[in-house]
Amino acid sequence: MAKLNLKSIKKSSKDAFITYALVILVYIVMQILLKGGHVSSLIQGLLVPMCVYSLVAIGLNLCVGYLGELSLGHAGFMCVGAFTGAFVSKALRDSVQSNLLLFMIALIAGVVMASVFGFLIAVPVLRLKGDYLAIVTLAFGEIIKNIVNVLYVARDDNGYHFAFSDTKKMNFDDSNGIWLINGAKGINRIPNLSNFTIGIVLILIALIIVYNLVNSRSGRAIMAIRDNHIAADSVGINITKYKLMAFTISAAIAGAGGVLYAHNLSTVTATPTNFGYNMSIMILVFVVLGGMGSLRGSVIAAVLLTLLPEVLRGLKDYRMLIYSIVLIVMMLFNWAPKSIEMRKRLAEKFVKKNPTKEEA
Amino acid sequence: MNFLIYLINGIGLGSVYAIIALGYTMVYGIAKMLNFAHGDVIMIGCYTVFLTMTRYGMNPYISVALSVVVCTLLGITIEKIAYKPLRRATSLAVLITAIGVSYFLQNAALLLFGANTKSFSNVVNVPGITLADGALKISGTTIVTVVVCIVIMLILTWFIKNTKAGQAMLAVSEDKDAAQLMGVNVNGTISLTFAIGSGLAAIAGVLFCSAYPTLTPYTGSMPGIKAFTAAVFGGIGSIPGAFIGGILLGIIEILGRAYISSQLSDAIVFAVLIVVLLVKPTGILGKKIHEKV
Repeated sequence: MAKLNLKSIKKSSKDAFITYALVILVYIVMQILLKGGHVSSLIQGLLVPMCVYSLVAIGLNLCVGYLGELSLGHAGFMCVGAFTGAFVSKALRDSVQSNLLLFMIALIAGVVMASVFGFLIAVPVLRLKGDYLAIVTLAFGEIIKNIVNVLYVARDDNGYHFAFSDTKKMNFDDSNGIWLINGAKGINRIPNLSNFTIGIVLILIALIIVYNLVNSRSGRAIMAIRDNHIAADSVGINITKYKLMAFTISAAIAGAGGVLYAHNLSTVTATPTNFGYNMSIMILVFVVLGGMGSLRGSVIAAVLLTLLPEVLRGLKDYRMLIYSIVLIVMMLFNWAPKSIEMRKRLAEKFVKKNPTKEEA
Repeated sequence: MNFLIYLINGIGLGSVYAIIALGYTMVYGIAKMLNFAHGDVIMIGCYTVFLTMTRYGMNPYISVALSVVVCTLLGITIEKIAYKPLRRATSLAVLITAIGVSYFLQNAALLLFGANTKSFSNVVNVPGITLADGALKISGTTIVTVVVCIVIMLILTWFIKNTKAGQAMLAVSEDKDAAQLMGVNVNGTISLTFAIGSGLAAIAGVLFCSAYPTLTPYTGSMPGIKAFTAAVFGGIGSIPGAFIGGILLGIIEILGRAYISSQLSDAIVFAVLIVVLLVKPTGILGKKIHEKV
């Protein structure tokens, strides 16, 4: 056995291992607290949503932080994942006995569907840049949400029935069959297959995929495109290929988040609050606040910002107001040139006072 | 005849989008930022009119003027507190701060005015026109909206072309540093742009709520997003572009709602936007930016 030498590990892999260790540590601590009964039901209810938001934030970070393209449509991919996953697990519930197997099938279906959508959207969209790209991804997200709201799928003894906005043409009698997707009412009675453990496992898988991607040849190509796409083009990087790759993987991870989200609820509907642009923006807030290009930051920001409104619940009506103020102040503190300068000066003073710190 | 009615309603709605989009596009042109809080300034403007009229019984015109003043001050304050410190930061940081401001305004309104829907009474008391033996009715609100929109656009175009402040805006939007070296007061110009944009938002809000009389703390967000779409549609940064984009968006939305599906009207608007941007990636009147290596 080779001796494990910490110094010989590359900085990038060290970063990845710290993140994995952090996620696993949080999981273990949480499990101990849960066993001991120290966790309020409120926080327990938040565990799966935290995993969902962390997942989608990891996906979006690949797109915004590493590829450098602003997407305001990731809630749309989440929506595709959620509806596909819930549809599959509801349709197959009677034929598949094992819960885990059912979730796996739903997950694969959701991820595949979300990546197909991601790919289809990316082909035309990635020709655009900056704010134009942002508005078009926002538009796609809204279109997906709108279409899901008029989609009807039902099953009876004669097989499956589909309809688009007009249910009368379906020839479906709901006395001897079930609605699988009922337009604006969404999908109801979804089997409750999500749990904290599955969420953590999915986060770890997503982290492993993205860390390995960004530290590979492809990942370096993706970041080269972000830094200067003309220079990247001139050294022979296939821009379209790597943009498509990053965007599709990003959509797929968001889709996985959607599957997890749907199986945590009994009914999933596409409303402006859960799959509209507000959700896309919320995820973007996690990514930017956590630091673009830092996956650990995304996860931490997603967890903290999901907890914050709940922790502030005691303040009742003021909590969202305080949340918004905290958001603005944090952004100013993190990004304003003056505050960056001030932080540097403080850090210098701190280092001077504690000379031992420098050796560490 | 029905088509004509839909078309006129579309132009009415489109004029509101155009006024909001003008504010968006001016701020974007000068500060290169997407002011996501713009839609919520509209909502604050509406509440100002609503409260001054119902609670204090003010004359509609005075209350509209007051709301313009309130929104203008609000716009300047937001710019000074939240955006000015971030002027040299990445555009994404500013975007997120704008989102924070938007949340702040929504939740402040929720606390101050309550979550229940207020029914907004029509401020415009201009009689409508009936044409073609009563088959074609145009409401007074629609007429006023369209007229106000055209007047605002003309004044803005004149202002930018012919006044010193307008020229300063153009200069700052081209090159901030060069403008500063030429003696342009950059901070003042940016504040002025925010002031004009927010004042326009107040007017747009009153007209929007006169046509769709429900007022909640979230009233502003959807027209805000639509107007943002309109501004991009027409080519962001261009004033005539915002006007054309707004009108077209309104017409597409109403016609889509009438002839295709009422549930899918938003999807249709966004689908048209995508097609336009794919054919012309910088919008209808947008300038093509050549990238230097």
